[in-house]
Amino acid sequence: MFAQWGLPHCAFFDKRKRGENAVNENQEKTTAEVVTLEKIQPASEFVLEMTDIEKQFPGVKALDHAKLRLRPGTVHALMGENGAGKSTLMKCLFGIYKQDGGEIRIDGQPVHFTGPKNAMENGVAMVHQELNQVLQRSVMENIWLGRFPKQGGLVSHKVMFEETKKVFDDLDIPVNPKTIIGKLSVSQRQMVEIAKAVSYNAKILVLDEPTSSLTQEEVEHLFVIINKLRAKGVAMVYISHKMEEILRISDEVTIMRDGQWIATEHASDLTTDKIIKLMVGRDLTERFPPKTNVPGDVVMEVKNLTGKYMPSCIDVSFNLHKGEILGVAGLVGSRRTELLETIFGIAHHEKGEILKDGRPIQNKTPKDAIANGFAMLTEERRATGIFGGMSILFNSVIANIKNYRKGILLSNATMKTDTQWVIESMRVKTPSQKTHIRSLSGGNQQKVIIGRWLLTKPEILLLDEPTRGIDVGAKYEIYQLIINLANEGKSVIVVSSEMPELLGICDRIMVMSNGHLAGTLDIKDANQEEIMRLAAMYV
Amino acid sequence: MEEKKKWSEFLLNYALYFILGIMIIFVIIADPSFLSINNMWKILAQASTRGILALGVAGMIVLAGTDLSAGRILGCGAAISASLLQSVTYASRMYKGITEPLPLWVPLILSIVVCVVFCLVNGFGVAKLHMHAFIISLGTQLIAYGVLCLYIDSQEGGAQPLASLDPHYIERVNGWTLGMPNLVWFFAICAFAMWIIWNKTTLGKNMFAIGGNTEAAAVSGVNVAKNIMLVYLVAGILYGIAAFLEAGRIQSVTTATGLNYDLDAISGCVIGGVSFNGGIGTIPGVIIGVIILQVINYSLYYLGVNAYLQYVIKGLIIILAVAIDVRKYIAKK
Repeated sequence: MFAQWGLPHCAFFDKRKRGENAVNENQEKTTAEVVTLEKIQPASEFVLEMTDIEKQFPGVKALDHAKLRLRPGTVHALMGENGAGKSTLMKCLFGIYKQDGGEIRIDGQPVHFTGPKNAMENGVAMVHQELNQVLQRSVMENIWLGRFPKQGGLVSHKVMFEETKKVFDDLDIPVNPKTIIGKLSVSQRQMVEIAKAVSYNAKILVLDEPTSSLTQEEVEHLFVIINKLRAKGVAMVYISHKMEEILRISDEVTIMRDGQWIATEHASDLTTDKIIKLMVGRDLTERFPPKTNVPGDVVMEVKNLTGKYMPSCIDVSFNLHKGEILGVAGLVGSRRTELLETIFGIAHHEKGEILKDGRPIQNKTPKDAIANGFAMLTEERRATGIFGGMSILFNSVIANIKNYRKGILLSNATMKTDTQWVIESMRVKTPSQKTHIRSLSGGNQQKVIIGRWLLTKPEILLLDEPTRGIDVGAKYEIYQLIINLANEGKSVIVVSSEMPELLGICDRIMVMSNGHLAGTLDIKDANQEEIMRLAAMYV
Repeated sequence: MEEKKKWSEFLLNYALYFILGIMIIFVIIADPSFLSINNMWKILAQASTRGILALGVAGMIVLAGTDLSAGRILGCGAAISASLLQSVTYASRMYKGITEPLPLWVPLILSIVVCVVFCLVNGFGVAKLHMHAFIISLGTQLIAYGVLCLYIDSQEGGAQPLASLDPHYIERVNGWTLGMPNLVWFFAICAFAMWIIWNKTTLGKNMFAIGGNTEAAAVSGVNVAKNIMLVYLVAGILYGIAAFLEAGRIQSVTTATGLNYDLDAISGCVIGGVSFNGGIGTIPGVIIGVIILQVINYSLYYLGVNAYLQYVIKGLIIILAVAIDVRKYIAKK
């Protein structure tokens, strides 16, 4: 299967045998300060062995005898649902968390990294999903930050440029090292991060959801780079939710569930169904509550909606029915959030109109939208959803605050009654109304915010990634809540990047592609392949 | 429609420069001698000390901070320099023990030491105590002012201006070398040194990285606290030099010396494109900003604008500069 990825061998690769090159280079370059790894020849066939890793957080066992073994020159997919412990395991590897038990060995030697930089200096690097770069500065400065090449005490731009160019040429990355990094696309920025890892002579590279914001073409380019690295003997951990990609690019797959190691298999022995079964540990049907809502008449019509400032939605028209759950699917960057923001009046629109119950309405600001019976749950809960340092009470009543006025003061009694209603009907687990919302779990925070919006008595709810960063159990409760709302005759639009979620709870699914509405699927005809096909339509 | 939008964008983004251009044209019409070489040197020489101060403040703004104490710190340095360099024949000089003129480097070094100490206090507050630069420098501003007043008040005759400075010192500061005022030379040398630091040293690169994305810098192994302290240290040295020169330039140091210099320095940086969001700025920008500000001062004076009205106009110009700067960074929705 992987023969097709074979690369034209250049002299650089030929000189070295797979798996040994990184070792040799590290002997020359690793500063011996912290951990020296390469004094002894590899004692095992694995470049990385993580055994029986345990990590306890207050109230949760995040890792329970987790393990991962990585062979040089392979791509090892690490899979599991959100909250399965993948990122905790990686954080233990990089020394961001200290594991409570278990052992990490690299080339047979036990290691304890003190942080990402220390790990990087020892050939272990990670490309994060959310790229941490200094956007105002050039590509090459970002790559050499913390270890600028110097000549006569001054930073040498020439050396920096040449070294960067060398790595880029090696990996076929068509980026000028002098470009300001903020001007690059996400995929280019990601490639810069990979190149940074390579410049540290990384022999273990962790890629966290590398394709979540890439187009199909960019994914192909990334795979070419991954294959080059594989040919150089780099061992890669590939974290992703995308089954086809994983089956295509990886050699081995490790599956985790609830912090535990479940299985490690050769990719060639696996199928999508098998992986899902191992990940979920139960049949998929149980992941979603039974659908009981019945969509009624059209409640909202959106006609030719186009945002004023691009990137935004372009010429989007659709109908929403009473008691309907309408899903919005699309790749990252397909402007689903922008569509919701435009409807809700956070973003301005250039043209188009919105009709509610047949009458045109103007949502020029969120305030207008709320008055017109809209509510919006934003995507970034921490940044634009919760008031972290404020109480549950404050967070519950804030969107509805003017209705608690009694004269010029606010009525404490009604606010308390309503907050209690939020806590009870949303089943928020909290010690009291005075608890700071920040100290609740993600799922409970989300329930409070949904409750906040329900207090404004909306007819149309816009939910942007309502289950992001929420554990599996709480997700089920959120799904149930959404279906209950539809049962009560409220109309819900759900934006989600998790296709199974949309397929599980929606009545129809709209697919966005690069700002356009690529198509709307009835749930009976919807499947992942069809959604992906539409999502790529305008890319 | 599109064209129109672009034009209005363009006009807005360069509004400041248009206004300045119009102002200068008015001045030239009122008095063509404004354009003379001599006048240009004069403006530059006047801009020099504040320019050196601005070179220091700019680093803190790049770190997404600021410095409100720069002016008062400069006041302290200037008082030290002036008190040690009063003419030895002047009867009511502060240090009667000094009977031979001190070599100039002694007060220069002392001025630098005093300024560095204040700056390191600010730096410590920002780097180690994680205070916002605005708050800590608000505090040191008051402290520095108090120290300055105490120092000047400690003279035998009470609080009187530190004047009658050593003519040799005044000549050094205000003289000319190779057809250019010495003050301009000092400014040029400091600016060049700072250009090297900002663009060619690890400290400069790290400073931009910390200002742009502190976490990315820390993850890449940059010692954030140490680099912040170093930026403040460099600023302290610049303040010390500026203070030494300023005392010689104005030839009389009082408790009011340095008042609002920090605001001039900050304004100069902002006009020159150093962003308050951090991570963005250039040394040529700072120099141009400072010079523009000085030209404004000079033009308003030249045009005979009421002194109080001058404050109003300067304030408006600063607001305009920042408003334009901010526009560049807001994502429109």
